[in-house]
Amino acid sequence: MKLLDRSKSTDFAAALAAAGYRVAAPVSDGGLVRIKEWAPGAEIAASEMPLNSMKDFLFPRTEVIGRWTLEGDGFASQDVRPDAPKTAVLFAKPCDAAALAVLDAVFNWDCKDCFYNAKRDAAAVAVLACGSADEHCFCTSVGGSPGEAHGADLLFRPADGGLRMIVEPLTAKGKALADAAGSALSEGQAQADPIARPAERFDPGKASAWLASNFESPLWKELSLPCLGCGACAYACPACHCFDIQDEGSRSESVRCRNWDSCGFGLFTLHAGGHNPRADQSARWRQRMMHKFSYFPQRFGRLACTGCGRCARLCQAGMDIARACARISPRENA
Amino acid sequence: MTDNLYQPTTLRIADSRDEAPDVRTFRLEFTDSGYRSEFFRRYRVGMFGLYGLPGAGESVFCVASPPTRTDHIECTFRKAGRVTSALQDREIGQTISFRGPYGNSFPVDSWKGRDLLFIAGGIALPPLRSVIWNILDRRADFGKVAIVYGARTVADLVYKQELAEWGGRIPTAYGGGTSSGYPSVGRLPTANGGGTSSGYPSVGRKDVDLTLTVDPGGETPDWKGKIAFVPTALKESAPSSENCTAVVCGPPIMIKLTMPVLRGLGFEPKDIYTTLENRMKCGVGKCGRCNAGGVYVCKDGPVFTLEQFQSLPQGDL
Repeated sequence: MKLLDRSKSTDFAAALAAAGYRVAAPVSDGGLVRIKEWAPGAEIAASEMPLNSMKDFLFPRTEVIGRWTLEGDGFASQDVRPDAPKTAVLFAKPCDAAALAVLDAVFNWDCKDCFYNAKRDAAAVAVLACGSADEHCFCTSVGGSPGEAHGADLLFRPADGGLRMIVEPLTAKGKALADAAGSALSEGQAQADPIARPAERFDPGKASAWLASNFESPLWKELSLPCLGCGACAYACPACHCFDIQDEGSRSESVRCRNWDSCGFGLFTLHAGGHNPRADQSARWRQRMMHKFSYFPQRFGRLACTGCGRCARLCQAGMDIARACARISPRENA
Repeated sequence: MTDNLYQPTTLRIADSRDEAPDVRTFRLEFTDSGYRSEFFRRYRVGMFGLYGLPGAGESVFCVASPPTRTDHIECTFRKAGRVTSALQDREIGQTISFRGPYGNSFPVDSWKGRDLLFIAGGIALPPLRSVIWNILDRRADFGKVAIVYGARTVADLVYKQELAEWGGRIPTAYGGGTSSGYPSVGRLPTANGGGTSSGYPSVGRKDVDLTLTVDPGGETPDWKGKIAFVPTALKESAPSSENCTAVVCGPPIMIKLTMPVLRGLGFEPKDIYTTLENRMKCGVGKCGRCNAGGVYVCKDGPVFTLEQFQSLPQGDL
């Protein structure tokens, strides 16, 4: 079997960079771990749960989708093409890779979004199965597993007590990654480590069923009371995909950008005439729950949550979507 | 052509009319004949577009002209923010950006042989105007056509010239005379070979029953229309629901209060249509902003029957 010594993680990244890939990986960054573009010298923290998700590399927080030169009273459109370099995402989390199916669905149903798809096509995703989970992980509650690689092109399995990883290419893109790794990989035998097993905290079917008939529940006020509307949950979420479109201009040129947005923001649904259908934070947080666990499954046949737990880890007010789901869908023996 | 969903085309402002305070109509011509052909291949009444100006942004308005007029499109909008202010600063001969048509449409063909009742409030007449003109351009296909239209004040009524002509009489001196001129027949192509019945109107027509109303306090001394909120005016005019389809558009509160009146008149939820205007950005089912219940208003709407409307979470509308 193909093996990667954990000590050679940066060699792997360097080999891919030398082969022309933009390499994204969890990197120690001022005491925090983020998925970011790897550069020589950066320390890879393969097993850590990064603060951000890998969606940043497929659906960046801001992106130019239109460009014009302005002359007098007129404007002339400039050609805008997706910025989609060949990219390798190393040591992504299984829950991040699972969220690709959510993004794929949104950006391809009915009509195709070229900006997302160009980046998606140019990206090879290498997932590292999770040997450990923290109290916020709940992938097993939403149909995922710390050992699965849905959406990935290559799977790393932790082995020999974390000293090395077993390398399993799953697609042609994944095989290309392994081929480009050169001497960073070796042939040999290793014993796979046990996979983490986060507790199942709720039944998503029951949560969806409760949501479908409880839009008006008084529980929304209580569940959402701590929410500050900061949007951190949406920005860190690997599946959240709502965006805004804003123009920025100078006297001679303007660009149209799409920027991440969040249903948690009060301006999200505010009409020009002043009417706001979601006038308070409970209505906004309800939308977050409804969209992920009711509306999205109705349309696309899958949950828009993969249980990464980033929203709960980041929330400064202690909001926890899994705890809310558990509240509305108690397990039989709970 | 581009595969960039968000890439607009360019339209030239051929005419501009002030309809009411801060409300303006643009007549727009395509500068790209390929986009124009594709637009009219797909355009049905009820669809919308994103009108914009690079540097300012884009706003969603309906297409207020019918597909039976293929040399231009029109939009009518109120100045309410950055984009609409920038658009209203544009003058005849200048250009704006546009993408569309988007959304679903009114099933006009399924209404053949039926009577039609249009109910609109304030700035919500434009979404119905395209339907009304589409119907009038194919007048023989339909039964009686009635319109109940109201606004807060006389000044806030839009399309004053057309109202006068639809009504066959002018309920008040609007003050604008014919200078608003939408439009004089002479410069309009007609869909079926001419005659006043197919152009935008020239003289009062007898085949439309128009009821105009203004909110109490919004009347002028010479106002001869009704003084009542739209739902009340509708109740008083009591149109028959037999073999009739109703189309309603207005602010949320008007829609909410009009629906029970229509139900009381015997209209079934499947025979009542409305068009929603949730906030949108992309217009193509990606940005998530117009999501309400299981629908994207931009893709599954904006046109809904009351039956569909009632299945949506009312708190999100």
